[in-house]
Amino acid sequence: MVIATDIIDSGQRRSRADARHDAWFRWLLRTCALLVLAALLGAALSTLWGGREVLFGDGLRFLTTTQWNPVENIYGAWAPIYGTLVTSLIAIVIAVPLSFGIALFLTEIAPAWLRTPVATAIELLAAIPSIIYGMWGLFVFVPFMAAHVDPLLDSSLGRLPLIGALFRGPPLGLGLLTAGIVLAVMIVPFISSVMREVFQTVPARLKESAYALGSTTWEVVWDIILPYTRQAVIGGIFLGLGRALGETMAVTFVLGNAYDLTASLLMPGTSISSSIANEFNEAAGLHRSALIALGFLLFVVTFIVLLIARWMLRSLKQKEGTA
Amino acid sequence: MSARIYRRRFALNIVAQTLASAAALLALVFLAWILWVTVSRGVQAIGVALFTKITAYADQGGLANAIVGSLIIDGMAIALCAPIGVMAGAYLAEYARGTRLGETIRFLNDILLSAPSIVLGLFVYVIVVLPMTAATGGSVTFSALAGSIALALIGLPVIVRTTDEMLQLVPSTLREAALSLGIPQWKLTVQVLMRAAGSGIVTGVLLALARLAGETAPLLFTAFGNNYMAYGPLAKMASLPAAIYQYTNDPNPALHAIAWAGALLITVFVLALSLVARALFASRKTHHD
Repeated sequence: MVIATDIIDSGQRRSRADARHDAWFRWLLRTCALLVLAALLGAALSTLWGGREVLFGDGLRFLTTTQWNPVENIYGAWAPIYGTLVTSLIAIVIAVPLSFGIALFLTEIAPAWLRTPVATAIELLAAIPSIIYGMWGLFVFVPFMAAHVDPLLDSSLGRLPLIGALFRGPPLGLGLLTAGIVLAVMIVPFISSVMREVFQTVPARLKESAYALGSTTWEVVWDIILPYTRQAVIGGIFLGLGRALGETMAVTFVLGNAYDLTASLLMPGTSISSSIANEFNEAAGLHRSALIALGFLLFVVTFIVLLIARWMLRSLKQKEGTA
Repeated sequence: MSARIYRRRFALNIVAQTLASAAALLALVFLAWILWVTVSRGVQAIGVALFTKITAYADQGGLANAIVGSLIIDGMAIALCAPIGVMAGAYLAEYARGTRLGETIRFLNDILLSAPSIVLGLFVYVIVVLPMTAATGGSVTFSALAGSIALALIGLPVIVRTTDEMLQLVPSTLREAALSLGIPQWKLTVQVLMRAAGSGIVTGVLLALARLAGETAPLLFTAFGNNYMAYGPLAKMASLPAAIYQYTNDPNPALHAIAWAGALLITVFVLALSLVARALFASRKTHHD
C-alpha cells in the first residue's frame, strides 16, 4: 500500500516536473521565434530613429531635393532613389525574359539528364558573394562595356528619336546600364528557380490534354502553364526586384558614384545602398543621419516589394496543398 | 491556308525553344566567365605571404589578419544564429503550426531572408555600435561582436526556414509513437524530432554560413576593419570581404591582385559549402522517399 502511493507520488511529481519543463521549453522557443519579428521591427525603428534629424527636420524636402551636398549639409535623396529605381528596373527588364527562358528550358525543353546539372549551375550564380560580382563588374565587365557595348548603343539606339537620349553618352563603361546588367545576372537565379518550381506544379493532365490537341511546346507554355502560374510568377519577379533594390556591393563598384541626374543610362549615377556604403564611414553628424534615413527608405520600399512577393507566392503554397 | 498556319506555329515554337535554350546558355556563360576570372586572377597572387603577412604591409603583405578575422566573426555569427534559429524553427514547426502567430512569423521570416543586408548593418550600427561608443566613452566603437551580430541576422532566417521545413518533413507517426510512450514534448522535440531531421538542420546551418561568409556591406560599419591582427570580440577587426572591398577601391594594381586572391578564397569556401549542403540535402531526401 505504502509502496503503491510512493509510485503514484513519484509519477505525479514527475509529470508535474515534465509539465514545468515543457512550459519553460515552449517559452524559450517562442522567445527565439519572436526575435525574428524583433529583428525586422528593430531594423525599421532604428533606422527611423537614426535618420530622424533629416527625415523630420527637412520633411518632404529630403525626398524631393536633387542636391546632395555634404559640405553645405544639404541632403536630397532624389538622385540615389532615382539610381536605385532605374538600375532595378533595367535588371528586371533583362532578368525576367531570361529567367522565363531558363525555366522553360529546364522544365520543357532540356532532356531529363541535363536538367539537374544545369539547374544546380544556375543556382550557384546565386551563391557567389556579391562582392565577387562587384569585382568582376569593375575589372572585367566595365572595360567590356566600354569597348564593345557602349559605342554600339551610342551609334545605333542613340540615334533614334525619343528613346535615343537614354543611350547617348561617352563610352565610360561605368554607369546605370552596366549596374543594371550586373544586377540582372545576380537576380536571374532567384527568379528562374521560382518560375521553374511553379512550372513543375502545373498538373500533367492539363499539359497532356493540350499536347493531345496538337499544341506545340510553346503554345502549352504560353497558353497553359503561364496562365496557370501567373500569380506565382509575378511573386517571383517581385522577389527578384526586392533583391535588386537592396543589393549593395555589386552595384557600388560599377555605378560610378555620381549625384548627377542624367537621362542617359550610359552615365554614372548612384544608388541608395552604394551611397551608404561609400560615404558612411567618412560621414558625421547630419550627413550620417541622412545616410541612415536613406537606409530607412530602402528598408520600407524593399519591405513592401517583398511583402507583395511573399503574398503572391503564399497563395501558391495553398494551391499546391489542395491539388 | 492551314499549312501556312501550321508552318507559322511550328516556326514560332522553334524560335521560342531556341531563345529559351540560349537564355540558359547565357546564364551558364556568365557563371563560367565570373568563375574563370576569379580563379585565373586569384591563383596568381596565392602564396605563402597571403596567409602569413598582415594587411599593414599593403602590397608587400597578405591577408592573414583578414582571414583570421573572417574566421572569428563568421564563427561567432554562426554560434549566435544557429541555436536561436533552430529553436525558432522548432517553435514554428512543432508549437505554432496553423496558429496565426506562427504564420505571421513564418511570413516575416521569409521577408527577412531577402531584406537588404546593408540595412541590417545600419540596424546593428544604431543598436550596438552607438550605445557601446557612448557607454565606454569611445574606447570601444566598431567591434567584431557588432559585425558578428549583423551577420547573425543574415544567417538567422536561413536556419529558421530550413529547420521549420525539415521538422515538418518528419513523419507524424514518429511524434505519435513517442508521445504515446509518455515522453514530454520538449524531449520529443530535442531527442526524437531533431535527431530525425538532423542532417536537414545541419544543411540549414551550412547554407547560413555560406550566405553570411560572403557578406560585405554590413561589416563596413560594424566590424569596420583593421590593418593589424586582432582577436578580441570588442576590437575592430579585419575581414576578408571588407579587405577585398578596401583593396578593390584602391588605385594600386598590386592590391587588386591580392584582392583577387582573397576573392578566390571566399568563392571557393562559399561554393564548396553550398555544394556540400546540397549533397547532404539530396542524400537525406533519397532516404525518405
